[in-house]
Amino acid sequence: MDSVTSSASTELRKTPLNATHRRMGAKMVNFGGWDMPVEYPTTGGLLAEHRAVRSGVGLFDVSHMGDIRVCSGRTAGGALAAVQHISMNDASRLSVGQAQYSAMLYPDGTFVDDMIVHRLGEDDYLIVINAGTREKDVNWVKQNTARFDCMVEDVGDTYTQLAIQGPRAAELLQKLTDVDLAAIKNYWFTHGAVCGLKNVLIARTGYTGEDGFEIYIPPDTATSEAAWKRVLDAGKEFGILPCGLGARNTLRLEAKLALYGHEISETINVWEAGLDRFCKMEKGDFVGRAALERAKAAGLRRTLVGLEMIDRGIARDGHRVFDEAGAEIGYVTSGSPSPTLGRNIALVYVSPAESAVGHIVLVEVRTQRLKARVVPTPFYKRAKKAAVPQAAQRA
Amino acid sequence: MPYPEKYRYTKDHEWIRADGGVATIGITDYAQHELGDVVFVELPKPGAKIEAGKSFGTVESVKAVSEIFAPASGEVMEANAALNDAPEKINSDPHGAAWLIKIRLANPAELSALMDAAAYEAFIADKGKEASA
Repeated sequence: MDSVTSSASTELRKTPLNATHRRMGAKMVNFGGWDMPVEYPTTGGLLAEHRAVRSGVGLFDVSHMGDIRVCSGRTAGGALAAVQHISMNDASRLSVGQAQYSAMLYPDGTFVDDMIVHRLGEDDYLIVINAGTREKDVNWVKQNTARFDCMVEDVGDTYTQLAIQGPRAAELLQKLTDVDLAAIKNYWFTHGAVCGLKNVLIARTGYTGEDGFEIYIPPDTATSEAAWKRVLDAGKEFGILPCGLGARNTLRLEAKLALYGHEISETINVWEAGLDRFCKMEKGDFVGRAALERAKAAGLRRTLVGLEMIDRGIARDGHRVFDEAGAEIGYVTSGSPSPTLGRNIALVYVSPAESAVGHIVLVEVRTQRLKARVVPTPFYKRAKKAAVPQAAQRA
Repeated sequence: MPYPEKYRYTKDHEWIRADGGVATIGITDYAQHELGDVVFVELPKPGAKIEAGKSFGTVESVKAVSEIFAPASGEVMEANAALNDAPEKINSDPHGAAWLIKIRLANPAELSALMDAAAYEAFIADKGKEASA
């Protein structure tokens, strides 16, 4: 996670909940230029936070995420045409109230950033982007949509974004809203009152591999702090914990969700990252498409696979990977102990010839080369059983 | 957690307790707090030589890898095997059951260069001020 940190000379940015995190004794780190909680040692710490999300519910401040609004100008369809041009997924498939995972690409088919595209209205899209790439992304979208009849606005500071994640997330959030959460499917959203706040965007999205919601509330400190506290209070009966970026990282890694600067970057293309199903080549032209077509014809040079360590030791980001004969075949993009599996896991880029499940490779950890096995991913997949919110039980 | 009077401490947050020519080495409560949940420990084998100020092993939390530096020179007599299966003991009892290694001191005089408990407590109190400044 620290490879996204910005230069030390600039003042760190703070979310509206910064003082709250510090009051709660959070350990703070520089993440993409933001002063963010990595864990809350006094309420349990990283491992407890991870487990809370897998078995109950956790609350994350993700207000550092960026947001870009794209609206049509005078002609209907201007916003869609603009989004289609910069997004590899097919935004024309979105109904109002629906969201999709996607990415914006450079002309060579590598990543500017990954993103979630929400269709707010007929001609109105909200794109949620990463914190460390906010300025770059906003500039990229503005430059590349200039010829379309649309308005692009950086609305990253107009929300406090809270992620409520875990199998009990729906039950918890249902206590704080009249909106029937059971009616919101995965990757759909609606607007409604939450914690007494009107017109809150409530999306069934997240970055943990669990069921959960992300809510977008007004960014003033008083409102943000009150909402944070109300969610924690309402979640007590479900064992809620405030969760930091440390747990966010182990949760997303187990679910094999990409992190910018690690699994995806300006040197990795869509096919290598294995994000084919979010890239709709048949939708028409978009930035990066031509290069991806050529890359597909040329064949894969490397591919992202999961490893489980056999020898004692933890693979970490940047460690080199070798075959059993000693030839270097790739590198680790993310590596960590998996709290859910109780094993040490990693995502690595290796040549396709070395990528078969069961294949044995060696990871260079400091002075030793440790044995690891290619395993199927995601490392963790939640059971397909939607939590039943109380509103649905009453109905 | 109090810092035992009999121990000596390094600026890298290791402790050492000498008993004649033999010494026990571990990491401090401050160090385990900074690391968070410890999940992995790598220690030298008996017979290995360690040198004051040089790294002799690693302690890893979920997020971080931390090298451990030798407070004094000597030959490793024993590594704490219990930590292989229960590295989290370093979080709960860093000054006691979660000692890392025992060594035969090469030069017991090296310990006089280290901080006593009062000096170490003042040292980490200063670090706390830096962090919150």
